[in-house]
Amino acid sequence: MSVRNALLALLEQGPRYGYQLRAEFEDRTGGTWPLNVGQVYTTLARLERDGFVEVRGEDGDGHVVYTVTSRGREEVAAWFSSPVARTQPPREELAIKLALAVSVPGVDVGTVIQQQRSATMAALQDYTRLKRRATGDDPHELAWGLVLDSLVFNAEAEIRWLDHCEARLRRVAQDRDDGGPSSVEPGSSVEPFETPRPSAPQEPLAETMNEGGAR
Amino acid sequence: MNAVLELDTVTRIHGSGATEVTALRAVSFTAYAGELVAVMGPSGSGKSTLLTLAGGLDSPTSGAVRVEGTDLAALGQKGRAAMRRTSIGYVFQDFNLIPALTAVENVALPRELDGAGARSARKVAQAALDEVGIGELARRFPDEMSGGQQQRVAIARAIVGERRLILADEPTGALDSETGEDILRLIRARCDAGAAGVLVTHEARHAAWADRVVFLRDGVIVDESGNDRPDALLESAR
Repeated sequence: MSVRNALLALLEQGPRYGYQLRAEFEDRTGGTWPLNVGQVYTTLARLERDGFVEVRGEDGDGHVVYTVTSRGREEVAAWFSSPVARTQPPREELAIKLALAVSVPGVDVGTVIQQQRSATMAALQDYTRLKRRATGDDPHELAWGLVLDSLVFNAEAEIRWLDHCEARLRRVAQDRDDGGPSSVEPGSSVEPFETPRPSAPQEPLAETMNEGGAR
Repeated sequence: MNAVLELDTVTRIHGSGATEVTALRAVSFTAYAGELVAVMGPSGSGKSTLLTLAGGLDSPTSGAVRVEGTDLAALGQKGRAAMRRTSIGYVFQDFNLIPALTAVENVALPRELDGAGARSARKVAQAALDEVGIGELARRFPDEMSGGQQQRVAIARAIVGERRLILADEPTGALDSETGEDILRLIRARCDAGAAGVLVTHEARHAAWADRVVFLRDGVIVDESGNDRPDALLESAR
């Protein structure tokens, strides 16, 4: 969807052929999302089928040149004037992994979190290094700088979420310690994330976060 | 490549008996010249303790803190104060400028306290303000400047007179994201020019400006990310 709209927006600035579109797309986004030229041509074919672009013959070197139609212009305007839809959350491997790590016995959740935090921090350091280089004010550098910022803020959000998960898991483990292992029978303590699943194996978290648990 | 700051098996225990709290537990940590290291951790992890020890504002219960090869404990109170005026630059979250002094007077103060003549102290202070991009605000008082400008003054004060160790405690905490980034650029530039920097922060986006990120949990370094400096690897192999 985004590639289709991006190509259409590029075509709105003048007729172009496939290779040109690919080069310009990658230039403006700093090569963050590489396109193969086949993808560009299938997208163009679909845009042509839907009446958003048309072929105006070939240039001197035999490249098929595409031009935006008036419907295509409307489509671009509509894209820029509407927010990006947040419908289904994308399938997030990390969230899925953590959800399973806290509910499968024998997984050291703390290590899962720290490994991920370290890896994401390394990526964040790489993005920041690139950002330090992209300081120019011309529109292309600016475009790339903003794409980098988007990657930076996403990586930061992931680390903040990991910090939050860790803090919450620690608190749960601590509350259980304070309650004392022998105060009530194991498994009957208040366990907000377990209540919707009464049949779940008892205290999966205690096994992973808290040595000296009930077993 | 030389180590500017070395923490050698440093432990810091606050209080005693039942209220005893171990803030740092046998932490070893080195910052080399030309390197910016970030220390990340939740509150209570020991990151501020690490920085106050590095700056000679506090002493370890055991272990040694060395700045440019000198053991801070061996210096005594007076020697450490002199070290702070000449070798160590400290940047705080809340700027810590003296409200009754102008920007250039704030920056010149450590030099003057160190016995430099007022004129020469002013001269280097002006140069430091120029370096952080606010040379024209030299005669303003802190309350006549924005937060970002005040933090620049604080950085000028931290780097004045070729200091080689810069310690920054959440230096961007009170600033918006764009202004905070400018401050990190300045600290980064100083490290690229040969200083060693230690940046304590809980914001990943800011820690990412560092060459290395050290993760602290309950007073222990649990992990490190970023490229090891090749020369650091060489030294450890020796």
